[in-house]
Amino acid sequence: MADGSLRKIGRFCLIFCKQKKNRTEGGCVCTATKIGRRGSGGGRERGFSTTTATTEEKRSPQQQHSQGNDNKKSSNINLFTAINQALRIALETDPRAYVFGEDVSFGGVFRCTTGLADQFGKNRVFNTPLCEQGIVGFGIGLAAMGNRAIAEIQFADYIFPAFDQIVNEAAKFRYRSGNQFNCGGLTIRAPYGAVGHGGHYHSQSPEAFFCHVPGIKVVVPRSPQQAKGLLLSCIRDPNPVVFFEPKWLYRLAVEEVPENDYMLPLSQAEVIREGADITLVGWGAQLAIMEQACVDAEKDGISCELIDLKTLIPWDKDTVVASVRKTGRLLISHEAPITGGFGAEISASIVERCFLRLEAPVTRVCGLDTPFPLVFEPFYLPTKNKVLDAIKSTVNY
Amino acid sequence: MALSTHRTTTALLRHLTPAISYLRHISTDSTSTITVETSVPFTGHKIEPPSRSVDTTAQELMSFFRDMALMRRMEIAADSLYKAKLIRGFCHLYDGQEAVAVGMEAAITRKDCIITAYRDHCIFLGRGGTLLESFSELMGRKDGCSKGKGGSMHFYKKEGGFYGGHGIVGAQIPLGCGLAFAQKYKNDENVTFTLYGDGAANQGQLFEALNMAALWDLPAILVCENNHYGMGTAEWRAAKSPAYYKRGDYVPGLKVDGMDALAVKQACRFAKEHALKNGPIILEMDTYRYHGHSMSDPGSTYRTRDEISGVRQERDPIERVRKLLLAYDIANEKELKDIEKEARKQVDEAIAKAKESPLPEPSELFTNVYVKGYGVESFGADRKEIRAALP
Repeated sequence: MADGSLRKIGRFCLIFCKQKKNRTEGGCVCTATKIGRRGSGGGRERGFSTTTATTEEKRSPQQQHSQGNDNKKSSNINLFTAINQALRIALETDPRAYVFGEDVSFGGVFRCTTGLADQFGKNRVFNTPLCEQGIVGFGIGLAAMGNRAIAEIQFADYIFPAFDQIVNEAAKFRYRSGNQFNCGGLTIRAPYGAVGHGGHYHSQSPEAFFCHVPGIKVVVPRSPQQAKGLLLSCIRDPNPVVFFEPKWLYRLAVEEVPENDYMLPLSQAEVIREGADITLVGWGAQLAIMEQACVDAEKDGISCELIDLKTLIPWDKDTVVASVRKTGRLLISHEAPITGGFGAEISASIVERCFLRLEAPVTRVCGLDTPFPLVFEPFYLPTKNKVLDAIKSTVNY
Repeated sequence: MALSTHRTTTALLRHLTPAISYLRHISTDSTSTITVETSVPFTGHKIEPPSRSVDTTAQELMSFFRDMALMRRMEIAADSLYKAKLIRGFCHLYDGQEAVAVGMEAAITRKDCIITAYRDHCIFLGRGGTLLESFSELMGRKDGCSKGKGGSMHFYKKEGGFYGGHGIVGAQIPLGCGLAFAQKYKNDENVTFTLYGDGAANQGQLFEALNMAALWDLPAILVCENNHYGMGTAEWRAAKSPAYYKRGDYVPGLKVDGMDALAVKQACRFAKEHALKNGPIILEMDTYRYHGHSMSDPGSTYRTRDEISGVRQERDPIERVRKLLLAYDIANEKELKDIEKEARKQVDEAIAKAKESPLPEPSELFTNVYVKGYGVESFGADRKEIRAALP
């Protein structure tokens, strides 16, 4: 891809691209892959925006403490490698940390756990039988004994057998035992979201189900650097966390990631693109789509502010409120079906807080209210063009 | 062309053009009984196992060979189509396990139900599905058995009593018990075969379902297709007791050589009789998949290539039937080769036809979410507005 077209992707990518010697290499993040042109939904391009330098500065004192001397070292890696690094660090820094799930001992389907069993032994990194309910229940027990249980559910679509364990056991353990017990060391990792051809049971985004459950946290990273920092925070957070990894980005998203141990704060949203006319809120892989829409909208003179929510519960309302107070307009976008999606919660909250400042109805650009389709994926997804149309109609309301 | 379990000579001949002259010659005795010993004896759990001697006919053996050759060819072709990106989504292949599909079909009727997980292509063919429907479905085309809306993991054939491919490991097992309950309630003397893999054998819902089935004496036959690897994990790494036929505890079980179509037939016939009289039974089919778990699994990281080629040489279900056909002088090498060539041709023709099948209409995205006219209607630009539709 030529340098000129790279610049169009936006300034966050440029920050990263400047770090690369050869921008035209195929591994560059900005080489947005074009897919799903079959439908009428318009081109859906997948790139993503990297973490800005400012995020790194936001690390808490304890994280900076753990950085050591070589905190300047970083490498250009994809998202699954970043997850792998985070897991490795978690296992290295805490002898009571365990990684388990279906097929994780030889790397897992997405290679996130490659090499961990060799390094840490099969007593700490091991395969489980195929029984999600059992995996999570086991993890709750392990965590209740003061361990860091890092469970992998192979696809978020398979998390539903474990739903009871997460909702009734994990989330309420501390509350119902009067703080005698908890499973705060539990982190459930699950690849989620569209992947271009996943069909019904390998593409869903079930985050909203879990956002209805006080007692757990739900976190979704947007890029390799974010994934590593957020995952380490989740593992070390004293509450059970469901961590959804955008599987589309596992290989596609490549970014400069520090090699050292660092954490990114939970429940802190990040403004990844500043603008004046409309606020866009999203998380995970959808941010890349939204950013492309922002870039296109800018050509029409619309200045968009883009916020990565990162933690869905408890979410950073203040950052979104501050942004909407500035822009007066709000658009939320996620891959999950629109009805009952987490966008509805954001919309309701912002209307409550910013009613008199809003200049247009809050808009949601989401998946359709159908099962996640196989051949119709391009129609179903909230593509760039859908987001762009919604930006325009909201600004011109 | 429909793959079928035709038992009549004429129907058999229709599919065997290259071998017609020879088969005509032997057709007079193609229905006389041949008794064959199964490869290994059955092992029972809380039940007296059936005899090792299985009655068959020349005609049945030929249909086994033809059906399995077609299944094998279909799966290999699906592999290529997936690699050519014509099949998207997830795809799990059945080659190696064909004897379970054909042996089971030979023992039961289409009024009996079968429900399985996502490795469902060959079961679908066995239940009377066509190659065109299969390949169209695999490629997400309109002529697919689920109108192109299901894909590899979701084949169904209602009139064939095939309650389909289910995507979530183990989730189909309680459904199978529900089917069996309905059959018992209707008192129609039919049974349900609920298939699951050795991976799913560790799911909690299996035991919940077993308990209900046993408690209510349901005509449910739980068929554990033990291919020895739950995804990439060997059975002994995942199960404290990999003797799955015994794991029903109070439910009787039978261990069967799932690479021997005749043993499968004998076991299924036995299980059906048992289930109608006494309630559930577990059949553990000792089988093997040659491909990896899914298309992203090369299938060689957790087992050796020697192991795979060893099974191919010693236990292959098609080779076993081929040997029987030759030993009983029912067909010669050339005729069997011709049948395989014919299978290849049928598959190629079906693929060519499936490729011409259009994608489903875009409006199909919104159909079948609820019953038409009841539930929710989508409208507006991008159909993102919805309205509840009341009858």
